Amino acid sequence: MDIEQKRKIIMEHYSNPKNRKLPDKEGYEKVNTANSSCVDNLDIYVKITDNRIEDITFMGEACAISISSTSIMINNLIGKTISEAQEFITQFENMVEESFYDKKLLGDANAYFDIASQGHRKTCALLPYIGIKKILENYK
Amino acid sequence: MNIEDFPMLKKDIIYLDNGATTLKPKCVIDKINDYYENYSANAHRGDYDISFKVDQEYENARELARKFINAKYKEEVVFTSGATQGLNMIAFGFFGKFLEAGDEILITQSEHASNVLPWFILQKKLGVVVRYIPLDSNHYVTIESVRDAITPHTKVISLAGITNVLGDERPMKEICKLAHEKNVFVVMDAAQSVPHRKIDVQDFDVDFLAFSGHKMCGPTGIGVLYGKKELLEEMEPQNYGGGMNESFDSADEIYLKDLPTRLEAGTPNIAGAIGLGEAIKYLDGIGMEHICEYEKNLRKYAIDKLLEIPYIDILNLESDSGIISFNVDGVFAQDVAYYLNKYNLCVRAGNHCAKILKKEVGVQNSLRVSLYFYNTESDIDALVELLRNKDKIMEEMI
Ligand SMILES: Cc1ncc(COP(=O)(O)O)c(C=O)c1O
Repeated sequence: MDIEQKRKIIMEHYSNPKNRKLPDKEGYEKVNTANSSCVDNLDIYVKITDNRIEDITFMGEACAISISSTSIMINNLIGKTISEAQEFITQFENMVEESFYDKKLLGDANAYFDIASQGHRKTCALLPYIGIKKILENYK
Repeated sequence: MNIEDFPMLKKDIIYLDNGATTLKPKCVIDKINDYYENYSANAHRGDYDISFKVDQEYENARELARKFINAKYKEEVVFTSGATQGLNMIAFGFFGKFLEAGDEILITQSEHASNVLPWFILQKKLGVVVRYIPLDSNHYVTIESVRDAITPHTKVISLAGITNVLGDERPMKEICKLAHEKNVFVVMDAAQSVPHRKIDVQDFDVDFLAFSGHKMCGPTGIGVLYGKKELLEEMEPQNYGGGMNESFDSADEIYLKDLPTRLEAGTPNIAGAIGLGEAIKYLDGIGMEHICEYEKNLRKYAIDKLLEIPYIDILNLESDSGIISFNVDGVFAQDVAYYLNKYNLCVRAGNHCAKILKKEVGVQNSLRVSLYFYNTESDIDALVELLRNKDKIMEEMI
């Protein structure tokens, strides 16, 4: 993925994030995830049925990196089983931490491939993952 | 002005985050190095030459600080780790001892966390009540609003002299006068004041005041707590240990030293205090009136330029200090700061430790430019040039 592609994906998801809304049905679990080094602050709502992620929505204020990363995460995790979701999260974390990762699995989440070089922004990209992990933990 | 005194300014950066901390002139750095290289010993302890020199330098720094804020006595100047520690000592060491359930503490919605949380804790511990003085439409504290806020239960008013988000200056002298007529104490959080103004504690007649060295060209980890002598005498130390006791045989027989040593337990930040003394000398050399005037003019220059850009919302058009808070319409503050950082421009984004401000101003975050005397019109030009093209910001912020 080149810089232009990366920029395009991030900006698309930032200007038009997936499911930035409160859930309109019952049965969602909520988690707050916030970044102590800046002011990103998101609430993530997850609906899990039969060990599968049925839906995720989010609300809150955050920078372009956090918002787009949340949107991309939501796109990728809806429909996945808990363990598939956990695998996706692990691969994403590996990428951000500059370790080996499965490029194919991550799809457009690859847009953050060089985020580690951007100081604080690493935490911004990880923010939604930190939140959703707290919920998935209960399903282990 | 005085750019050549600052090694950091020889690097390719434009530093506009002086509200957070300031750069250090070479003379301060040298003074600290001199201590570590040439007379690195403890204070108040040794019976040998270099230790004697430490005592002299440390107490000389205290005297410089006393003169700088025009305290009456040297004992009224206590070295702390910074404004935060000073404010905590005032809240817990003095007011924690005297306040009772139902007593009221007046602050505002735009105080720094360090002038809010200690009072909140007292509220939980003692059942005192923290109340807010209402701000006017420009988020200013007026003497009328203070007068209206004082009740028979009010015991203390604790305010920043200049706030760190909007940079408004409070009429502290008038507030002290009014408060004292009603037997109310006044605490001044002077973290943003002392670096930028001539502050005279006797003229203000303020009861307690705290500031930090690092926001005024001094080192980190050092600050000053000022208190009127008769009040400091009543202050309970928050730290007990070496240096501050006269003798002790049992829990019932502890004798403490006099002020200010009693309130400076343990080995102090010697290099910090000496460095702060040098910073004070340096600022005095330039002249506080001169600094204040220079910053005012530079702020005006910056405001006029920023106003030319239609999508910039300035949150504090009315302000008396070198602080400008603003947003680029439709762009998250953090993203703008990140964009500016690509051009080595250091600007703070966030809520600036005054979290409750969002209730008042109605914004969650902002960008904050905070000026000091070594900033120049060309720094402002660089900032404005980078902000002039919103497409470029959107293009380069990720
Ligand atoms: C108004 C105000 N009060 C208190 C503080 C706390 O200062 P320090 O962190 O040096 O203790 C600051 C620093 O940001 C401030 O701006």
